Amino acid sequence: MSNAASKRRVAIAVARKDLTIEWNSRILVNQVAPFAAIVMVLFAFALDNEGILQRVAPGLVWLATLFSMLVVIQRSFTVESADGALDALRVAGIDMGAIFVGKALALMVQLFVLELLLVATAVVLYGVNMTLAGFCEAIVTLVVATVGLGSVGTLYGGLAAGARGRETLLPLLLLPVVAPVLIGATRATEAAFGSGGTTVSEGWPWIGLLLVFAVLFCAVGTVAFGPLVDE
Amino acid sequence: MDTVIQLSGVVAVLGQFPALAGVNLEVQRGEIVLLQGPNGAGKTSLLRVCAGLMPIERGTGHVLGIDLATNREAIRSRVGLLGHTNGLYLDLTVMQNMQFWASTVGATDSEIETAMATMHIEGRLADVKASQLSAGQRRRCALASLIVRRAEIWLLDEPHAGLDAAGRDELDALLRSAVTSGATVVLASHERDRALGLATRTVTIDGGGAS
Repeated sequence: MSNAASKRRVAIAVARKDLTIEWNSRILVNQVAPFAAIVMVLFAFALDNEGILQRVAPGLVWLATLFSMLVVIQRSFTVESADGALDALRVAGIDMGAIFVGKALALMVQLFVLELLLVATAVVLYGVNMTLAGFCEAIVTLVVATVGLGSVGTLYGGLAAGARGRETLLPLLLLPVVAPVLIGATRATEAAFGSGGTTVSEGWPWIGLLLVFAVLFCAVGTVAFGPLVDE
Repeated sequence: MDTVIQLSGVVAVLGQFPALAGVNLEVQRGEIVLLQGPNGAGKTSLLRVCAGLMPIERGTGHVLGIDLATNREAIRSRVGLLGHTNGLYLDLTVMQNMQFWASTVGATDSEIETAMATMHIEGRLADVKASQLSAGQRRRCALASLIVRRAEIWLLDEPHAGLDAAGRDELDALLRSAVTSGATVVLASHERDRALGLATRTVTIDGGGAS
């Protein structure tokens, strides 16, 4: 079997394994999704004004995504360290780049489901209206931003996994790095939602920024994940 | 016989402390070598160095002819390390754990079945989550995953821990069988009498050095 085929096989095995763990444990469904929904409800209580909520809904969706993502990433690496599985993967000589891709894919799937839930919550709770073009732009934004967040989240999750105080270290390391995604995704979603009189066409340059971020961190993560975890 | 592990004056540090201080060790293919020594002597560190998990600071070392200083990643796919943890995913069933490890090396379903039957974790146990297994059953599961991974050198840290008497006998038989099939075993164990009966040679580690 060629090296590329072997890496692809490992990446798929790791992604399937992480999603099976989620399916068996239901942490996303029973804990993370309710947490994200509660955050959205609390924002509504705090702002308590439909006009303001509609204006800031995109930012709230992405803030809730980032907070929930921290929980999902912690969980993704806790299952690796609970019984020394990450060490076992390393000693088995499995390509760390393939492990990165597999874990990032599983994280992206979970984040995407979460983001769909949050957008639906914003539509229902905050009274957001979208045109068909806005809906398509929102989906593209979710996909591209999810690839970026999944890549950078997996990279920093791996970096923090072996560190003391990783629960507090991860947000400190990760949140500043994902600021460009928060900004780009919020602006693109504003355009998709039509918040503050923006038009759909104004969102595409921001999606371009998200795409650059996603490509950059996919590439950096594939190369750097192994050495970072080894350290 | 050919030499599968050759260490000469190997120094390795853990944080700021020397874990191994000038270890010399030669292991031939087909040997079962028992590492002896008090707690903190460096047995686990030596196993991790041989597995390519821990870098060496000084000295020279080769495992399966591969240089530990320059290419330790290449060693990892050819050795199997069973440490104090079992390397299992606690939210996966026994079968799902085995299928995952098998899929990483391209092992077949029949290889999974053979490994599970060898360690007596087939049947009803196959569908039990790893988190619900006893310590001994988890150990069996971890050993089965080593079989599936077809390791040439088995590096075992307290492999008898958690196993009942029957499990220990089965483990010893498994290791003898692995050696007959061309594998080499290096193990650290505090179960001195049992391990001495199993080992073909004993190496004492103390203060980070081997004799």
